[in-house]
Amino acid sequence: MKPLQGIAWLLALQTAGELLARAFALPFPGPVIGLLLLLLALRSSTVQGCVGAAADFLLAHLSLLFVPVGVGVMTHLGLLAAFGGRVAAVIILSTWVGLWVTAWTLRRLLRVPPEAP
Amino acid sequence: MTDFVELWVYLASTPLFGLTATIVVYVLAQAFYARMQHAPWANPTLWSILLIATGLLVTGVAYPTYFSGAQFIHFLLGPAVVAMAWPIWLRRHDLRRHGLSFLVAALVGGAAAAGSAVALAWAMDLPSNVWLSLVPKSITAPVAMGVAEKIGGIPALAAVFAVLTGLVGALSGRYLFDAMGLGFDRAGWVARGFALGTAAHGIGAARANQVNADAGAFAGLALGLQVILGSLLLPLIWRWLG
Repeated sequence: MKPLQGIAWLLALQTAGELLARAFALPFPGPVIGLLLLLLALRSSTVQGCVGAAADFLLAHLSLLFVPVGVGVMTHLGLLAAFGGRVAAVIILSTWVGLWVTAWTLRRLLRVPPEAP
Repeated sequence: MTDFVELWVYLASTPLFGLTATIVVYVLAQAFYARMQHAPWANPTLWSILLIATGLLVTGVAYPTYFSGAQFIHFLLGPAVVAMAWPIWLRRHDLRRHGLSFLVAALVGGAAAAGSAVALAWAMDLPSNVWLSLVPKSITAPVAMGVAEKIGGIPALAAVFAVLTGLVGALSGRYLFDAMGLGFDRAGWVARGFALGTAAHGIGAARANQVNADAGAFAGLALGLQVILGSLLLPLIWRWLG
């Protein structure tokens, strides 16, 4: 029952986020507003108790959720044939830059590592 | 034989096919990944996408037909983005103490990923709808689609670029971190995980989770921060520049 209640919370907050985004023509996606609402809602112990299991399940299988949209690459084969090499170079190099800069910055800033959970 | 063809045509056109194919192929890819001791090249997202796309092209099933079933999986990305509040909340004590460090690393790293993508795409003379789709690639796919749409890119392309970015991070992150001398102590794992969550979003975070619990926890934190910062700041910056 708990995981189901957790799913209900996630969907309800996503819906609330979508409604807020539309009602106020906010420039960011509804699920992100849902995320911020959940951060506020997690102050309540009822929400803490039931969201954990559902969130852990969804996030543990996050890499599955990217498959349907990833398969969509087959619809852009023409574009990829035209620009594929350059796009691949941009993606690979900029991802390395992002990884390197983030790890380097955090390493400089965090002289004392956070303690074990 | 004709019976079989008819049966296949029927099966391939129901939503059940796309849903079943996605989950079954992924479960098999996951088992293969475990058997290969989580070697980066055996990444289950990569192999699932390649196998399904090849299968569809070979059998002539159109992508929209597949997606009519696979959308049930795709749909879960929305609640999954909401669920990213959970790892942030679990790390709230670390955030309270080191919040500024994480925030600065997320901002600087996210800006470096998006900025270098734009600079490289511009240098390589890519058309504007292609490079605009590259801007949000470090944010997780569903959010990247929304951001790309707002700034004038192609949502489907942005999603594919985001997935590819995640795969690059998951596949090569380890070698890059080793080359820059990050250790395997706790501080090293925290930096590795946080960098993967920042620059390679959900797929990088999934990889971090499989390798080390600390790396996974901080990748989850970075992922949530990047989703919030990227989706709030990129459209604002875009509006300001335009």
